[in-house]
Amino acid sequence: MNSDDILVRASGLRKSFGDVHAVNGVDLNIAAGEIYGLVGSDGAGKTTTMRLLVGALLPTNGEASICGYSVKNQVEQARAQIGYLSQRFSLYEDLTVLENIRFFAEMRGLKPDEWHPRSLEILEFVGLAKFQHRRAGQLSGGMKQKLGLASALVTRPRVLLLDEPTTGVDPVTRQDFWQLIIQLVSAKDSGVSVIISTPYMDEAARCHRIGFMQKGEIIVEGTPGQLRNMLNQRILELRGSPLPLLKNISAQNAGVEDVRSFGDRLHLRVKDGQSESVIKELEQTIPAGGGNFLGARPIASTLEDVFIYLSEREHEPA
Amino acid sequence: MNLPEPVIVVDHLTRRFGDFVAVNAITFEVQPGEIIGYLGPNGSGKTTTFRMLLGLLTPSEGNASVLGYDVYRQAEQVRARVGYMSQKFAIYDDLTVWENLQFYGGVYGITDKARIEETAALVGLADQRTVLTRDLSVGWRQRLALGIALVHNPRLLFLDEPTSGVDPTARRAFWDLIYGLAETGVTILVTTHYMDEAEYCHRVAMMRDGNLLALDTPLALKDLFIPGKVWELYAEPLLNGLHALADLPGVIRSSLSGDHLRVIAESRLSENELKNALEQANVVLTSIQLGEPTLEDVFLNLARN
Repeated sequence: MNSDDILVRASGLRKSFGDVHAVNGVDLNIAAGEIYGLVGSDGAGKTTTMRLLVGALLPTNGEASICGYSVKNQVEQARAQIGYLSQRFSLYEDLTVLENIRFFAEMRGLKPDEWHPRSLEILEFVGLAKFQHRRAGQLSGGMKQKLGLASALVTRPRVLLLDEPTTGVDPVTRQDFWQLIIQLVSAKDSGVSVIISTPYMDEAARCHRIGFMQKGEIIVEGTPGQLRNMLNQRILELRGSPLPLLKNISAQNAGVEDVRSFGDRLHLRVKDGQSESVIKELEQTIPAGGGNFLGARPIASTLEDVFIYLSEREHEPA
Repeated sequence: MNLPEPVIVVDHLTRRFGDFVAVNAITFEVQPGEIIGYLGPNGSGKTTTFRMLLGLLTPSEGNASVLGYDVYRQAEQVRARVGYMSQKFAIYDDLTVWENLQFYGGVYGITDKARIEETAALVGLADQRTVLTRDLSVGWRQRLALGIALVHNPRLLFLDEPTSGVDPTARRAFWDLIYGLAETGVTILVTTHYMDEAEYCHRVAMMRDGNLLALDTPLALKDLFIPGKVWELYAEPLLNGLHALADLPGVIRSSLSGDHLRVIAESRLSENELKNALEQANVVLTSIQLGEPTLEDVFLNLARN
């Protein structure tokens, strides 16, 4: 990853719709070769941020640029650097795979002698070359997704913006999709950045860096490891029975912030530094309350734990 | 001690479409209050199985009973007692939350206002009864869809990808509801494409090509279907490392995971052998450690072999 090559910059980016501050001061510095994950609850501002970067919306305030081109006054040049895939992308069901790509390629300005070799290369990359003459309407959901990705890549964009691209997509396709994205940014001299918004934490975990959005701002940013470290030693796994009783007893412990069910066990989030004391206390209070204590131990925190923790925190605007 | 009656009993259940065997003599049982995850690639026979269990499709061979009723001969009774939640269900955007619950309640013969109120409260929508459905966020829409499936007080629920596209907080709130229901003895079958979510289930069923490959706890499935170790390696250049390891005998699967490699290898393969393979390909290894197998690993193994 060449961090001298910042492809996506945003500084104090804002977008308001009347009183609603959908994007409320976002800063971004995304380098070539980076996969940046944008996560956050529905309504946090992820899609609006993407639409600002694509130039579909004008910012109310602040700046953003793609490969050095401002999205405010050089929007055509900025757009030419971008490939965009959203959940609502549409394909022409009656056209073949190849005809669909051709349509998108020519619409984006690829010349007659360019679109064909370029399209075949891309279809090969996503694994759809064999199906180039099949009508798009006859593709499986997963293959449609790959065609969407191919269409976004046909112009060799330097920045790929993916807005929840794998919602509702089966795990095999999702895995294939991710392998393609990672290959794209890992190739030597690829010079491509990817910004992906996703509600799936296992996908966020595959990004190089994650920005957690809340109320239009990025409140935490870091690598998956850095984010997970926020709750280092603060997640406990508790086993025993009956679970509803254990849940109650744990919730009443002053050192426990959050309790949730996880299959046949409970996960507890405890206050910083209180892991051991909480375990010792539960060893007493659970049997005292009529329950059976089988064991408790700290476990690795997940991005989901961090997401829920950050969502629950009172957020003070800067 | 009286053993509880199983809620679902499936015995060599089979469904053919012409020569194509969509569901191939599957057999299993589900106990009351269990949350069963039902997974499988597209085309594995999941949906066909569900449709038979819901009394919507006639089996070609074999039997199944749901809540004590035979799915073929007593389909009406099955359908009246089972709740089904699917994204493909029409929730009327022009109606309010209350009106949607009332409408679907009516479909099941529930006209009792108290029951509708109870259902709204159960899914957390008591304060939003007059909100127009189109104004609900994705997370709340899911809750309404669940409410609609619950209005007639079913003891068995089928949830078809219930939290697709929903963020973790909303998903967790939804699952708190599901766990609450299971604690009252409601049995739940859920399909999902989100492997992390499958880990929340008590047991998970894996289907492929019409066959039921396994039905067991997430832990047991990982033990059974991950025949080796999971390694996480940080190496440069990444793609060269990926290919070098993919070719190494004993490696079951080699894949990219963001900024590192995830390799599933037979237990006999040592750390040193992996290191050597990378060295020979001029790949620099910065760190290597053992990782935890996930249900995604299980799924991919089954889906591809």
